[in-house]
Amino acid sequence: MNTAIGTIDWIPVAPFIALSVLGFLIMIIGLFFPRIYRETLGTITLVGLAVTFFLILQNWGEPRYAFANTIVGDKFSTVFNGLFVVGAALTILLSLNSQENRYLLYADYFTVIVFATAGMVLMSAGTHLLTIFLGLETLSIALYVLAGFRRENAFSLESAFKYFLLGAFASGFLLYGIALIYGATGSADIQEVTRWIQQNSLTGSLMLPIGFLLLFVGLGFKLAIFPFHMWAPDVYQGAPTPISAFMATGSKAAAFAALLRVALSTQSYTAIAWEQVLWVIAVATMTIGNIIALRQDNIKRMLAYSSIAHAGYILIGFIANNELGHSGMLFYLLSYTFMNIGAFGVISYLSTAEHEFVTLGDVRGLAYRRPFAAIAMAVFMFSLAGIPPTAGFISKFYIFSAAVKAGYVWLVILGVINSMISLYYYLGVVVQMFMSAVEEKAPATATQQPAVALALVVSMFAVLGLGIFPSRWLAVFMEMARSFI
Amino acid sequence: MNDYLWLIPFFPLLGFLINGLLGRNFSEKMVGIIGAGAIFLSFVTTLLTFKELLTLEPEHRIFIQKLYTWMATGNFSVDVAFRFDALSAVMTLVVTGVGFLIHVYSIGYMHGDRGFFRYFAFLNLFTFAMLLLVLGNNFLILFLGWEGVGLCSYLLIGFWYEKIDYANAGMKAFIVNRIGDFGFLLGMFLIFKHFGSLDFDQVFSNAAAVPPGVITAITLLLFVGATGKSAQIPLYVWLPDAMAGPTPVSALIHAATMVTAGVYMVSRASALYILSPLALSVVAVIGVATALFAATMAITSQDIKKVLAYSTISQLGYMFLAAGVGAFSAAIFHLMTHAFFKALLFLGAGSVMHALSNETNLMKMGGLRKHLPITFWTFLVGGLAISGIPGFSGFFSKDEILWKAFSSPFGSPVLWGVGAVAAGITAFYIFRMIYLAFYGESRVDPEVALHIHESPKVMTVPLMVLAVLSIIGGYVGIPHVYMGLEHFLEPVFEPASVAMAAGAAGHASASTEFTLMGISVVIALAGIYLAYQLYVMNPEKPRQLAQSMHGLYTLLFNKYYVDEIYQAVFVKPFVNLSNVFFWRFFDVKIIDGIVNGVARIFGNIAAGLRRMQTGIVQMYALSLMLGAIIIFGYFILR
Amino acid sequence: MEKIIAVLFMFAVSALLALIFFTLNRLLGPRKESVVKSVPFETGRAPITLPTHRMSIKFYMIAILFVLFDVEMIFFYPWAVVFRKLGILGLIEMGIFILVLFLGLVYAWKKGALEWE
Repeated sequence: MNTAIGTIDWIPVAPFIALSVLGFLIMIIGLFFPRIYRETLGTITLVGLAVTFFLILQNWGEPRYAFANTIVGDKFSTVFNGLFVVGAALTILLSLNSQENRYLLYADYFTVIVFATAGMVLMSAGTHLLTIFLGLETLSIALYVLAGFRRENAFSLESAFKYFLLGAFASGFLLYGIALIYGATGSADIQEVTRWIQQNSLTGSLMLPIGFLLLFVGLGFKLAIFPFHMWAPDVYQGAPTPISAFMATGSKAAAFAALLRVALSTQSYTAIAWEQVLWVIAVATMTIGNIIALRQDNIKRMLAYSSIAHAGYILIGFIANNELGHSGMLFYLLSYTFMNIGAFGVISYLSTAEHEFVTLGDVRGLAYRRPFAAIAMAVFMFSLAGIPPTAGFISKFYIFSAAVKAGYVWLVILGVINSMISLYYYLGVVVQMFMSAVEEKAPATATQQPAVALALVVSMFAVLGLGIFPSRWLAVFMEMARSFI
Repeated sequence: MNDYLWLIPFFPLLGFLINGLLGRNFSEKMVGIIGAGAIFLSFVTTLLTFKELLTLEPEHRIFIQKLYTWMATGNFSVDVAFRFDALSAVMTLVVTGVGFLIHVYSIGYMHGDRGFFRYFAFLNLFTFAMLLLVLGNNFLILFLGWEGVGLCSYLLIGFWYEKIDYANAGMKAFIVNRIGDFGFLLGMFLIFKHFGSLDFDQVFSNAAAVPPGVITAITLLLFVGATGKSAQIPLYVWLPDAMAGPTPVSALIHAATMVTAGVYMVSRASALYILSPLALSVVAVIGVATALFAATMAITSQDIKKVLAYSTISQLGYMFLAAGVGAFSAAIFHLMTHAFFKALLFLGAGSVMHALSNETNLMKMGGLRKHLPITFWTFLVGGLAISGIPGFSGFFSKDEILWKAFSSPFGSPVLWGVGAVAAGITAFYIFRMIYLAFYGESRVDPEVALHIHESPKVMTVPLMVLAVLSIIGGYVGIPHVYMGLEHFLEPVFEPASVAMAAGAAGHASASTEFTLMGISVVIALAGIYLAYQLYVMNPEKPRQLAQSMHGLYTLLFNKYYVDEIYQAVFVKPFVNLSNVFFWRFFDVKIIDGIVNGVARIFGNIAAGLRRMQTGIVQMYALSLMLGAIIIFGYFILR
Repeated sequence: MEKIIAVLFMFAVSALLALIFFTLNRLLGPRKESVVKSVPFETGRAPITLPTHRMSIKFYMIAILFVLFDVEMIFFYPWAVVFRKLGILGLIEMGIFILVLFLGLVYAWKKGALEWE
């Protein structure tokens, strides 16, 4: 217990500390300089995130534990944390738009985003179940606040309130799962749990499998997979657009990070044979997400249902349970971060304070009013639909190849059918943009949004770049996946 | 080796970028020069490469250029690499050559359109994707091009977006094609699983080591992809609707290049197909059935472009027939000649439409021979070629296919018979079209008739070049001419030709070949004669016939009601499922039901709060809870 | 063990005493019910509003802040017990903890959560 300061390895916790300090810094600046330009605040935040990114990269290598083995810096946490910070940075850029300008308290808003990111970082780097829980709660509470940030909008309040109630409910499952795992193995340290599983037979024991399943339910809520998905459309629709993107990408990736870390380290795949359950959940998630999305006129709602479907695809990589599958999940999450933030970003790019550009009617003939926005949206839609040469195609290709390799041919067939169905609604947007005449009463679009445009350009380059030159990234992710064996 | 192979697809890509990004500010002339020039440069590069290829020994005629590793995972890797062998050479020459002519023609045809630069950008992008398709050295690059051409065709079909039908046609084309792509993708995953590679050389050289059942599954799945792209039964429905796009697009995409991608893909994978007699016979039967089926639908169509569309489907059926009997070089031969004469026919039809203010109805034409002499004569050459009249290119290739259908170890006289009948019908409907358009009394609307004019040189010159090609294009296939096409393609189809030679022990002799050739020529001439009798000598007769055979006519006129059947069987249920179950029932009935029920209990809660607070959240939490309970229940009880 | 028994005994006696007094009150006290007696009253006057009216959000603000700092206080106790064991590191850690809460207080203060008007 008597640890000297000098013996602590600060590198694994450095990203978390940096984010916490950054969060407080912005908060204090906002307090004492209430008239500061939002662009200045955004720049400070982005610089802070860049520093954090640098600190995260220092963790690439052999695992380094800190704080009594509750937190680790390894290849896994490096990759995921990098992803979170990039997602957060893009969200910050998206937030500097004219729609949100009216009601956002930017300092508070950026502070909460940074704290949410800190929570994600804990989730991917935690090697103790309670650390993961701590991260999840930090993230969740921040997201409840963010979802309700459009304070005069009833939908936004609804969104925050629903998310809060259900999130608290789901956290209960997670905590109960941790309790059961602790009860069964005598520890909540993932390494200890692993050791216990290796030394003891699991036959006849239900406590540990149920513990893992409860953990899965709790994280499944964050992933918005069937049957824990129902909150997602309402919440995404009501939240400020950049936050919807942030929730659909960052918080989903964080939940996958926690799930993967627990499953990979403890080898819970072999400990509890849950492939069939996951199989059914993956298929149901994809199918329900895609089929309901077919009927949506509201693009934000459509993207919400589609994000449910994408969680289903990613789950296929989880089921495949091989190196290609795990690295494919990472690749998918990375691509998805860019294409989804991009798609939400186009909405932010066009929306004015008076009018949110969300229905199919709004984007009618967009290609002739705002060609850049339309092309960007088309790229993101193609990528979401999985058309080459975009990142979306490569992601699906990896995931499906991994599943075929693992012998899940039917799962892949259903996955491919699903991506065919999804094409219909993604292309519906493109058709409206490129092949319909502009309506006469079409609402005005926002102009002069350099920050959002920057985010769109970055995302577009990333989506195409990952699609055309995916090799290097996959090599990195493969190395990460291999580091667990 | 050859390190400028990448230039072939690069030029069109460059053209796309320049025209797409900057074209808005260019004059039409500039856009046209960039668009057509890019394809021309690509064509020249192809010619140079081809010349270099010919200097090599036949068995070494292959250039492979690897640009970089696209994706690599452990021992599996996919390269971005181009392959220029005999098969790719023929395809590339056709794509760039015919493509260049069509680009030139488009300069005249699209003159004055407000989307001029957009059109050329898309057309260049299409050519780029098509070149990727034919030059790719593995299945994934092929697939990349495959998707790319589909996307571009979709964009170009829906080019005149103001007309909602056109946009819908584009949508339909894309969706039907995705069903095909579904097969292709699954086939590719199976290849990946069993071969551990997607590289052509590695897959084909290890084909014998894989169980025959797997090969059959792979080949059939790939063929599903081919039926989508190449508009074969049952996925042909999109092609007639795709005629909504500009006519040169129909010529390039829906006649000469993209729709033949399926034939190319099957031929490319000939080493796999030849190992599965079942898959081969499926290909042959679907091919010949499509050839006949589509030909009958062309008889009653009154739209000049639709006639050509059905004719394209039918001719593609011939190519698959050839592939299905193992005569892959005959399939590629017909692919080439078809590219010439069908592009010619489409561009000719475009020229007619250009003269008649975009009229496509054959019943509003007639007597155009005098007004459009160049169009008429070149169109006639195309008609003679497709009908298989000796001396024209179509004769050589079609005859080759029919002969192989009869004589190949995988063939049968039945296939020959059906093919020959379809050839007769082809001659009939093509000349029906020619007679209706160019002969007889003029039925043109009076006000349109005032403006009838022959097209400008920029359009007629490509027509004439294609007419010449439609005549001489067939001579490269004659076995006795120096280096026949079949001989040239032999190294690519080696496994297939070995299998063919092994089975070809017999029922083929030169005299049978000439007898069959004679019969098919007679059938074709009979078709033309019948058309002459019906549409030139007795113009009243067709209507009487249509009345006396009312049922058959209606059936044909409505294209066997296939669209309606698909709509009722496949599309409706999906929409209903989404609409009725998930949307109306699940979201509205259940959720609203609970909301309303709860609302009655807590009647005093303010109306605004009602919807956003109670009910729904409880429902959501319930679903979470129930889901968890079901999962645990399964775990405990199993 | 004996200590616990003693404590338990004390609990039991006090509970018993309370019970006895309540029972006595109920048994011995006179009961006269009337309408006037059952009417709610407020400092000698009839109440003007319903007692279930809304509370100002400020009450909650104060309440939350109170809970927050209360928990902070409670956290000091176990820390104080092992203070010497933790050494300088423990002091720093607690310093960070207080700093974080202090920043929260500054935030609440500047945002006006402590002002009543």
